[in-house]
Amino acid sequence: METTFPIFQVLDANGNLADESCREYVDETLVKEFYSGMARIRIFDRKAVSLQRQGRIGTYAPFEGQEASQVGSAKALNPDDWMFPTYRDHGAAMTFGHSLLNILLFWNGRNEGCVPPEGKRIFPPAVPIATQLPHAAGAGFAEKKKGTENAVICYFGDGATSEGDFHEGLNFASVFKSPVVYFCQNNQYAISVPIHRQMNSATIAQKSIAYGMEGKRVDGNDVFAVYIETKKALERARKGEGPTLIEAVTWRYGAHTTADDPSKYRDQEESTMKRRETDPMLRLERWLKNEGMYEEGWVREIEEKAAQEIDRAILEMEEFPAPDPAAIFDYVFERPTWTIEKQKQDYFELIRGGE
Amino acid sequence: MKTVQKSKVLTLVAAINDALDIMLEDDSGVLLLGEDIGKNGGVFRATDSLLEKYGQDRVIDTPLSEAGFVGAAIGMAVNGFRPVVEIQFLGFIYPAYEQIMTHASRLRMRTRGHFTVPMVIRAPYGAGVRAPEIHCDSTESLFTHMPGMKVVCPSNPYDAKGLMIAAIQDPDPVLFLEPMRSYRSQREEVPEGKYEVEIGRGKKLAEGKDVTLIGWGAMIPIVMKAAEEMKEKGISCEVLDLRTLYPLDKDLVMESVQKTGRTVIVHEAHATGGTGADLISLINDEAFLYQKAPAERVTGFDAPVPFFGLEDHYLPSTKRVAAAIEKVMKF
Ligand SMILES: Cc1ncc(C[n+]2csc(CCOP(=O)(O)OP(=O)(O)O)c2C)c(N)n1
Repeated sequence: METTFPIFQVLDANGNLADESCREYVDETLVKEFYSGMARIRIFDRKAVSLQRQGRIGTYAPFEGQEASQVGSAKALNPDDWMFPTYRDHGAAMTFGHSLLNILLFWNGRNEGCVPPEGKRIFPPAVPIATQLPHAAGAGFAEKKKGTENAVICYFGDGATSEGDFHEGLNFASVFKSPVVYFCQNNQYAISVPIHRQMNSATIAQKSIAYGMEGKRVDGNDVFAVYIETKKALERARKGEGPTLIEAVTWRYGAHTTADDPSKYRDQEESTMKRRETDPMLRLERWLKNEGMYEEGWVREIEEKAAQEIDRAILEMEEFPAPDPAAIFDYVFERPTWTIEKQKQDYFELIRGGE
Repeated sequence: MKTVQKSKVLTLVAAINDALDIMLEDDSGVLLLGEDIGKNGGVFRATDSLLEKYGQDRVIDTPLSEAGFVGAAIGMAVNGFRPVVEIQFLGFIYPAYEQIMTHASRLRMRTRGHFTVPMVIRAPYGAGVRAPEIHCDSTESLFTHMPGMKVVCPSNPYDAKGLMIAAIQDPDPVLFLEPMRSYRSQREEVPEGKYEVEIGRGKKLAEGKDVTLIGWGAMIPIVMKAAEEMKEKGISCEVLDLRTLYPLDKDLVMESVQKTGRTVIVHEAHATGGTGADLISLINDEAFLYQKAPAERVTGFDAPVPFFGLEDHYLPSTKRVAAAIEKVMKF
């Protein structure tokens, strides 16, 4: 299966072309866009981890190591496409235009964080694993029925492939040729469970065969490979050729969430080594240096710009008005039922009267 | 059963670990299954060090598939084992709902007792720990409504251990709800070795004469605090920890509500269809003429549990319980 689904690579870990035929894919403008996009989300991720440590947000799921997968895939989208992220894909969501403030609010225990910016079709992060795969099939199906050329990207992890919803979603999308790119970030662990204990299949990409759909395996730390395969899959989807399953092979360097201690279940040395050898940011940096395009001033500039943007969003989050308990009651239905009305009234009488 | 003498000081989660350890030792048919329960010891460490002790044939990290491992556990249970499965958070049990509703709970009835499902489903539940969304559900009523399932919910380390041992030995499926918020909030002396807390029996935590307060799980500390505050106002509260939600301890509830004639029921689950409604119907059936006031319920609202920014408003508070007590007193 590894030979049926070879890992597609454009840049190798040392920042060299994997082979000369890949040169057509790589251009300077794109490299720089990728680099600044990845730097931006990495800075965000590190700040969020530190905010959690200071108790300024709740439990947080870091994605460091997966920046190439998230930026490369999200950059391949058209503005009107749909995105179905998980709790770990806010790097992709940011790249696709989600509001940093809302992403921070999500992690700070605010429902407002689920709301995408006006005009952006970004679903709330999937917290129950794999539940978003059937949604994506349906959203794509609807675009097709409406006669648009919009497509859908749906993110999930390696662990998600064990849930029934994964199989049902893929099959549904394939039967109806729904324009969906199922983008799996195989970071090789589902919390503590390594992939070889999650499944007996050699690859995730091969699962596409069972559903009669396209399957691709890419180096998830190679932003070019990710971008190119996602772009091609989206094009096939738009042309009515149905869904694709992409397996992006990657690694999370940090903990599953800030509540997790990875030293319980894996050798931290392995992550350190992976970071040294396969870091998607370092790979781009090496390419830029190899090609003589790396400028320290430019890097500093994009980092400062990103840091400022993120700091502004953090400030906005911290100054965001306190949540109104009325929101518990007001959004359950378009018009509240009598039980909800009564519960709201009783509760407000209590909190107002009791001072 | 060995005579119980020595004790150790344990948290609720450690008491569960202790019970699992004892039962794995005691009965080679006991198996643990679930996500991240092996090497990681469970995300709350409820199964910590059990993999090292009993090996991966008995402490089994499963694929990420609730329907899969609950369904497989049913197959193991009908074939001679006593699986104890862990659902990482109650809010993630729903993929397994069909397996529980359609199979675990009714296999005995369908086969006239030929196939039975002696299995335990453990699930941390409830809000109040600033967890992300969906991690905070308290949907016990989805399971008390299921014919063929027993539902238990301890509030303290002693009961947690005794109920777990009873649940594993029970011939029928048991949903074992673990109050996340109470996992490490208290330590108490727990006897070493094997002992049982009978399923279907609640416990009187405080003796009183004016009002009966009924709660369970993570609501107990709130209820106890309200009872304490009421003392200053000269109101004497009797506190019942239900411990089992199905079947209800009718005798305990009746004895108390017939005495006090006033009842306040506290649960963090949504109001409609909640266990509070079952309790009121029981009071109506068996103690109607003793009642001095309509029973009050202090519950979660008929709304999904909000993100943690609002969870303190959603959860029953001592203040809400106190207001309900005063209401039944003034009626
Ligand atoms: C239905 C369901 N079961 C269990 C969980 C708890 N849980 C959260 S993340 C996770 C592991 C997910 O692994 P994977 O799909 O590989 O994605 P990753 O977290 O590695 O990005 C688990 C078990 C959940 N969120 N939903």
